[in-house]
Amino acid sequence: MSDMKTLFKEGMWANNPALVQLLGLCPLLAVTSTITNALGLGLATLLVLVGSNVTVSVVRNWVPKDIRIPVFVMIIAAFVTIVQLLMNAYTFGLYQSLGIFIPLIVTNCAIIGRAEAFASKNNPLLSAWDGVMMGLGFAIVLIVLGTMRELIGQGTLFDGADLLLGPWAANLRVEIFQFDSQFLVAILPPGAFLGLGLLIAAKNVIDAQIKAKAAPSSEPEKAPRARVTSLT
Amino acid sequence: MKLSMASSPHNHSQKNLSRLMLTVIAACIPGIIAQCYFFGFGVIVQLMLALITASLSEAFMLSVRKRPVWPALSDGSAWLTAVLLAISIPPLAPWWIVVIGTVFAIVMVKQLYGGLGFNLFNPAMAAYVLLLVSFPVQMTSWTPVSSLLAQPLNLMDQASLIFFEYSANHTDLIGALTSVDGTTMATPLDTVKTAVSQNLTVDEAMMGKQFSAYAGIGWMWVNLAFLVGGLFLLKTKVINWHIPVAMLATLAFCSAIGFILAPGSHAGSLFHLLSGATMLGAFFIATDPVSASTTNRGRLIYGACIGLLVYLIRNYGGYPDAVAFAVLIMNMAVPLIDHYTQPRTYGHGAAK
Repeated sequence: MSDMKTLFKEGMWANNPALVQLLGLCPLLAVTSTITNALGLGLATLLVLVGSNVTVSVVRNWVPKDIRIPVFVMIIAAFVTIVQLLMNAYTFGLYQSLGIFIPLIVTNCAIIGRAEAFASKNNPLLSAWDGVMMGLGFAIVLIVLGTMRELIGQGTLFDGADLLLGPWAANLRVEIFQFDSQFLVAILPPGAFLGLGLLIAAKNVIDAQIKAKAAPSSEPEKAPRARVTSLT
Repeated sequence: MKLSMASSPHNHSQKNLSRLMLTVIAACIPGIIAQCYFFGFGVIVQLMLALITASLSEAFMLSVRKRPVWPALSDGSAWLTAVLLAISIPPLAPWWIVVIGTVFAIVMVKQLYGGLGFNLFNPAMAAYVLLLVSFPVQMTSWTPVSSLLAQPLNLMDQASLIFFEYSANHTDLIGALTSVDGTTMATPLDTVKTAVSQNLTVDEAMMGKQFSAYAGIGWMWVNLAFLVGGLFLLKTKVINWHIPVAMLATLAFCSAIGFILAPGSHAGSLFHLLSGATMLGAFFIATDPVSASTTNRGRLIYGACIGLLVYLIRNYGGYPDAVAFAVLIMNMAVPLIDHYTQPRTYGHGAAK
């Protein structure tokens, strides 16, 4: 049980794939221009990650060490193809708007990283949990970044949610404020870099504060050394 | 009588940070006057807005970072950033343009990197690029020279255009600018670039009313005024000659080659030297002591690369002017340049 808890903490915060490992940045930076895109890619990555982690874990004792990487890549590619076909069938609008970044999930290092570092050494149940937590941690960062960029860039939230969730979701679109001219940089790639940089900085600040609170200075304060020679 | 023994150095330089910054701001004055004369008093309004915003955001960030506010604020570096940004943007741009730019320059580019001395990029130019990328329409609607306006804009008109985006005589900024009789409102660099892309020759492009023999009316004098300010900075030894000379020489050399090979599609050296932000960039922006190279050989390389990039982007890139982009790109290369151009320490290693 404590393993489960550790994995939860690792995936969500301490070893978050996007904020700490800095893996999978290409899709992270490219598709987070709206919440809908971020959510779509986050869910797709989550599905692939869970599927590949379980499969890799199941076959871990039969895969020769020398060719494990190609095998992992094949497994991941299979799951990506499944997700791609599913999205093509059920969320075609989102499939079109995410474009090349769905097949590119194959190259997301967060996924092969988890397969190599965790799933190939642990049992299927733990690996599945690890996949869920890592995938969620990645998806949450995607969504937070997408929210920031959509809000600053367009002043809306959930624009185009119907592409992902079906026609009823068109009502989810919220217009927070209206611009005469969009703040383009938030929607363009530089905004993604700026936003991710700010998120990482915020995480480091929070970590530093937690650390400072947890360990108040244990050394007793020394009295200042008396200066016996004068400077002038 | 008290004799005090101080350690060396005994001969103190009279320069200090705030005097340095204020000298640079003072050297901008000829250029600002020229801008006022040709493009109206909008630039003064922008300057005021930028100075106020810069002071407020600098004070805010310093108090957030728990640093003493007054020493860092009074060194003038934030004000210099504000001045450089305000004179780079179009004089009649809406007020929020300069406010967003200044806040970005001070908060993100300067203070989040650790304040003066730690910023990797030139704050004014990073903010300029942010604005140019975000608001291309507002950032490229440069005011035509006042003498070309059919209805000259008085001070009230200009202030009202900046703050409310309309004025008593004009419904909006674009309306006010296009009341120019038959000329476009693009800058000379933009006009030439568009004309060349439409298979016109440079000479044909420069037939327009906003051109004199060498460069745009007004722009030429603004650049010459910044040149005067820059020479003053050289004279007072606030900046070294390496960066401006390398940059201007490279730009002139490249444009001369282009002009000799294909005079129809390439403007000459004088046009490039006296257009856009060339002089402002060479003397005031590229020479920023924090983000520029710090060795003499490095400065030559840094300036030359900026000149080359300015020429390449102006002629073959997507934007009409390029000083901001060139400076930012070369800022990234500064650590590398500095690494390979360290001078020989006296007494160490052999002279080659």
